[in-house]
Amino acid sequence: MQQTVFSPQLLENVRKKRVSNTLFNLLFLGASSISFITIMVIVGSLIYESTFFFSHVSLVEFFTGTEWTVLFAEKKFGVLPLLTATALTSAIALLVAVPAGLATAIYLSEYARPSLRRPVKSIIELLAGIPTVVYGYFALYFISPNLLKQLIPGISIHNALAVGLMIGVLIIPIVASLSEDAIYAVPEDFRQAAYALGARKIDVVFRVIVPAALSGILASIILAFTRAMGETMIAAIAGGFRVIFSTDPREAMQTMTSFIAQVATGDAPHGTVEYQSIFAVGLLLFIITLAFNLVAIQVVKRWQIRY
Amino acid sequence: MADTLLESSQRFTRRDRLKKTLDTLAPVFLSIGVFIGVATVAALLLTVVTSGAHRLTPTLLTEYPHPNPAQAGMRSAILGTIWTVGLSALICIPLGIASALYLTEWSENRFVKRFLELNMANLAGVPSVVFGLVGLSILTYGLGWGRSIIAGAFTLAVMTLPLVTVAAAEAVKTIPEALKHGAYALGATKLQVTRYIILPKALPMMMTGAILAVSRAIGEAAPILVISGLLFIRQDPTSIFDRFTVMPLQIYNWVSRPQVAFQELSSAAILVLLLILLTMNAAAIALRYRYQRRLTL
Amino acid sequence: MTMLKELVGRNMEEIVYGGKVVVETINLSVRYGKRYAIRDISLKVEKNRITAIIGPSGCGKSTFLRCLNRMNDLIPDARVEGKVLYRGLDIYSREVDPVAVRTVIGMVFQRPNPFPMSIFDNVAFGLRVNGVKLSKTELAAKVRDALEKAALWDEVKDRLDAPAYSLSGGQQQRLCIARTLAVDPEVILLDEPTVSLDPISTAKIEQLLRNISSNYTIVIVTHNMQQAARVSDYTAVLMPDEEMVGRLIEFGPTRDIFTQPRDKRTEDYISGRVG
Repeated sequence: MQQTVFSPQLLENVRKKRVSNTLFNLLFLGASSISFITIMVIVGSLIYESTFFFSHVSLVEFFTGTEWTVLFAEKKFGVLPLLTATALTSAIALLVAVPAGLATAIYLSEYARPSLRRPVKSIIELLAGIPTVVYGYFALYFISPNLLKQLIPGISIHNALAVGLMIGVLIIPIVASLSEDAIYAVPEDFRQAAYALGARKIDVVFRVIVPAALSGILASIILAFTRAMGETMIAAIAGGFRVIFSTDPREAMQTMTSFIAQVATGDAPHGTVEYQSIFAVGLLLFIITLAFNLVAIQVVKRWQIRY
Repeated sequence: MADTLLESSQRFTRRDRLKKTLDTLAPVFLSIGVFIGVATVAALLLTVVTSGAHRLTPTLLTEYPHPNPAQAGMRSAILGTIWTVGLSALICIPLGIASALYLTEWSENRFVKRFLELNMANLAGVPSVVFGLVGLSILTYGLGWGRSIIAGAFTLAVMTLPLVTVAAAEAVKTIPEALKHGAYALGATKLQVTRYIILPKALPMMMTGAILAVSRAIGEAAPILVISGLLFIRQDPTSIFDRFTVMPLQIYNWVSRPQVAFQELSSAAILVLLLILLTMNAAAIALRYRYQRRLTL
Repeated sequence: MTMLKELVGRNMEEIVYGGKVVVETINLSVRYGKRYAIRDISLKVEKNRITAIIGPSGCGKSTFLRCLNRMNDLIPDARVEGKVLYRGLDIYSREVDPVAVRTVIGMVFQRPNPFPMSIFDNVAFGLRVNGVKLSKTELAAKVRDALEKAALWDEVKDRLDAPAYSLSGGQQQRLCIARTLAVDPEVILLDEPTVSLDPISTAKIEQLLRNISSNYTIVIVTHNMQQAARVSDYTAVLMPDEEMVGRLIEFGPTRDIFTQPRDKRTEDYISGRVG
């Protein structure tokens, strides 16, 4: 039918264009599906390598054992010491990043001059751009000897506190940036209504705006937490490689990530239990961070429905 | 009734005075939060400069690592970074742009788009060391590429892909609908609109995002540590299957040594790394300014 | 309802009798999700005449217009029901590529949207994109022809390489008309083309439309009734019903619509009592 309406030349031109269009459509689809393929590959390879580990280590020992001596002659495979070290350093990191990041976000969006916003935001973004080895260096050579040793005599030069503090500074931009977006998204009407009722600025900010932006702020905290858990170099440099089951931040302790770093630094041949153990630990780390990230995404979703 | 009103108004003024002071102090307290981050960076830079500035000699850049700190340099690390990050950029920038185009303009199915976006978000949240593990398992041993530059490059490429994609997508979103519709109305296909309207306008901004993503990759140590290990490399790379090291790993190597001379060496290496990153970020920002100015004209 | 059909039916016969029908819509409806924007619009557009679509803002005029060249395809949630026939062919049938439709049915938008290229490249864009193989001189001739028809040639002939953004608003809109003309479509759709322009530019565009109408079929959406009265041969009146869905109230020769409207709502709208 359309042959009578459109000229044959037109139809031919359109057909040729359509072919190249479809081709590129497939190409672009392929490119974007790499993210999906990669996640599948990550999950698959971690599980695959872990099956070797768990063929001679019981899950019970892994999850309940309090000794991790994989690199020693007598091997124990309880992951709890590494897990608590990771949790402890990440919690300390949050203690730094949440107040600092939230304060930054609130200050930038509610108090600072608009002309100040951009430069300060850029400086905060800079914090995330500093390579983590540099933070590790700073923790080991400055924070630990000069700051912590003065404040807490008897603290070892490698300790969880220094690690936690530095990771905290590293993740400030995550909390600050996402919280600021959340605060920015609060409708102006809320502020106007509160001011019109005679509220002072401090009331408006802390009783109206921050609660309204809470889901976004919460999501930013969760994402910052997962970033802290996944941080490797700072823990490897400033935390030491000693495995202990402790929640004392003055102690040197090895986190999950720093264990992986230690094994990688050595020369564990392919196929040994040392080699396999890093995949088991890696799988655990991946599952924990994935779970938290999904929670954060859900939190954001619920926030988006609100307005 | 009247005296309770009076009482309550007195209570109100007392509370109000407290609140008034809090209100004026609030910005001060809040800006302390800003200071924590800024002060840390400042102290960090100061430490690095005072400790390492004098060790910034040309030999630092031209010499290979050496057990004697006075003779050591980061030449192999610099070359390793160029090879590895360069290769990873070649892989992930086109892929990132293609993904961004799909997720913004080309996708026709809402569910596929949302699914892929979710995957991208999850990928961005995976710890960097896990990427190293996967690279080790799949590329190094699985495909037999060894602990080589190409294994490191592919791992880094997949790691930075979400960043590049998001930056490129933001660039595409700045293009006004009216412009695209004007082209469609003349009988252009999506490919032609992409080629003649979207890419010319969005490319500068995409490049800015790409540069920033690449500069992140330069500073990544954990995944490379897992793939390559910690090595004494005393030659220049000649093939992508060579073993290698990168700048942040060389720094890690020297930081782990107890001697003061190595500490100074690591400070100097950090200075080199930071200077390179600063240059790249400055270039990206300069590009953004030039592009924005042309837009308003 | 039957009276409406009768009315529209009567006008249809007059049109078909007078000349050839190029575009015809049959029970055309558009919905976004469950909500209808326009419903059951049936009219015929006569060849080489100017047909105006008038009505209060928000009643679906632009939505209707976008159906005619399948621009609604670009809006993800829009669903088109009914038929749009171009020379008897349903342009929404599976075998038809919207790209082909847009080559023969062109569109000019409300706000001028020239490409960030030179004036010459803007006009040549449609030709390049449609794979038309032309020599440099042929291309230049076509560009000149289009610019002359759009009454812009004299103003830009010395600066064809200048960026399109250097032109004034009215000139940019004429440039958009020129680049649509360059592709040599049979039908030209204009969506409130002068709403953002000053009176002088508006007059220039109305004049050029009258000049080219003997060679092109023109459908123009406008909420300016005087413009419709000045420019068009036929007028369709769209109005929202009780559920805010746009419907065709009346359709016929412009003179009849404005002097002897049959529907009271048309009369109210024209006399300014409503809308």
